[in-house]
Amino acid sequence: MNVAAQAILPGRGGLFGTLSDVLWRNPRLTLFLMLAPPLLWLGVIYLGSLFALLAQSFFSIDEFSGLIKYEWTLKTYAELLRPANLDIIVRTVSMAAAVTLASAIIAFPIAYFAARYARGKWKALFYLGAMLPLWSSYLVKVYAWKLILAKEGILTWLFAKLHLTPLLEAWLALPVIGGNSLSVSYTGTFLVFVYVWLPYMILPTQAALERVPDSMLEASSDLGGTPAQTFRHVLLPLALPGIIAGSIFTFSLTLGDYIIPQIIGSSRLFIGQAVYAHQGTAGNIPLAAAFTVVPIVIMGFYLWMAKRQGAFDAL
Amino acid sequence: MQTAVAFSKVSRHFGSVRAVDDVDLEIAEGEFFAMLGPSGSGKTTCLRLIAGFEQPTSGHIEIFGETAEGVPPYRRNVNTVFQDYALFPHLSVADNVGYGPMIRGVAKAERMKSAEEALALVQLPGYGDRQPGQLSGGQRQRVALARALINKPKVLLLDEPLGALDLKLREQMQEELKALQRTLGITFVFVTHDQGEALSMADRVAVFNHGKIMQIGAPEEIYRAPRSRFVADFVGSSNVLPPEMTERLAGRRAWASLRPEAIRIASGDGEQATVTGHSYLGAATKLAVDMGGQRLTMLLPAGVPVPATGQTIAIEWNPADLHVMEDEQ
Repeated sequence: MNVAAQAILPGRGGLFGTLSDVLWRNPRLTLFLMLAPPLLWLGVIYLGSLFALLAQSFFSIDEFSGLIKYEWTLKTYAELLRPANLDIIVRTVSMAAAVTLASAIIAFPIAYFAARYARGKWKALFYLGAMLPLWSSYLVKVYAWKLILAKEGILTWLFAKLHLTPLLEAWLALPVIGGNSLSVSYTGTFLVFVYVWLPYMILPTQAALERVPDSMLEASSDLGGTPAQTFRHVLLPLALPGIIAGSIFTFSLTLGDYIIPQIIGSSRLFIGQAVYAHQGTAGNIPLAAAFTVVPIVIMGFYLWMAKRQGAFDAL
Repeated sequence: MQTAVAFSKVSRHFGSVRAVDDVDLEIAEGEFFAMLGPSGSGKTTCLRLIAGFEQPTSGHIEIFGETAEGVPPYRRNVNTVFQDYALFPHLSVADNVGYGPMIRGVAKAERMKSAEEALALVQLPGYGDRQPGQLSGGQRQRVALARALINKPKVLLLDEPLGALDLKLREQMQEELKALQRTLGITFVFVTHDQGEALSMADRVAVFNHGKIMQIGAPEEIYRAPRSRFVADFVGSSNVLPPEMTERLAGRRAWASLRPEAIRIASGDGEQATVTGHSYLGAATKLAVDMGGQRLTMLLPAGVPVPATGQTIAIEWNPADLHVMEDEQ
């Protein structure tokens, strides 16, 4: 009797044959084997070190010796609320909010085009266009922007050619957002942040818009909705989970970044720079740790608000 | 009676594809009109032209005497029940149904009241608080219907609304839709590829193929007197006889249609045919026979003894049932 005629085939034998049978019979074991390494990595190495850092924020530094006192205290957090430090927090959060809002507004039409109209090679071109900036080094891009925004840079030249120099000067004369040139103003920091994080907003927004069937928009139009009403009542609510996902990227990346504000912008500190300065030269690990808690708390609060607003209902 | 929808020489081309090709059509007010055809025959595009989702490449469309070209969907008092229902997943059933009134600025309390009324009309009273995701296919279909009807449209368009339902539910919905149409008196335009559905529900049927209308008429007319081979075959899968055969049987050289149920086993003399197979359908038995090289399907009512495969039998029909067709196709 040949093998093909048998109803049940014999086991393959060997190590892998036996292993296949065992894993097939125990799906939970398979799941465990697949999840254990990443969970171990996330749990022990990532979360473990994060909590070790956070624990540091409940210690304080001895002002005379500069050594860390290993006693539980909220003194460091009190220090965080000093006007100078509070300024840093407000500055960073305002910047993150402005960057997120601008990214969402710029990303939406691009994502909409990609999701609804681009097909075939145009879609490939879109993905390439959205992700190309991520291929080159972050530092190279930031320095390139420094040259673009500098007083002798291409942007100043362009404004001059278009006879719009007074406009640029009027903008730079504005308090807070202005400065000597774009490359040393908050406006410059803002522009570069938006440029660098924009792909992280486009891609989730596009994914969310892709899941909205055409018939949904047609139904709204059919029921009397003008394009503006359709946007307000159907498209935006359905795209919101994607926009929120994107905003989590842009918001948290801006909150934590310490390189862009150092290269482009005024010399005033952002949270990331403060963390960098305190854990490095100043040796004030507790205060650096307390500063890192701020973005975590803000993000937690932000997600909670988003959930309350029903941003994840359409998931 | 007024004309609800009128097409004159309407075409809609997508590149080189002629989805709708030079169609003339008149749908009367209060009519239950079915557009029947295989997929890709242009029936859905015609529906979308009425809704305003598509614009004609050429030709003229009137809805209740007013020009429809260039008018966006949101300015047409025409509502659609979509094939996939297209319920808004982020809104409750009541908010879905009340979407039209909400857009028109009707106050919340008032539109919730009319949403409840519309839900009662489609046999879903008290379902307003649910989410569309919690409903079965049949219930979603009813919500989509209520969402369209709440606006009291001049024309209701239904795009294969029963396609996704199982047989039992489909038959029930067919009856309900018909009753609803009669009570409301709204013009219904119904797209389907199911000829049984079109015949049982519609006042008039337009049979589409390759973007053209092959025949328009009352269901009985289309079934009894198909004008072309395509209509004869697509509507009720008739036996289509070639001209030579028709000449021998009826004396005219043209294609002819002979319905399976019109053929019976002869009591005396008849045409000689060999049984090649049968399939049992419950209420009847379908018999495949070979009549001098021509394959025929005949339907034997239950209770008539079924001849065995290979047996030679004599068959006959009333000469009036052999319908000679005018068109060549």
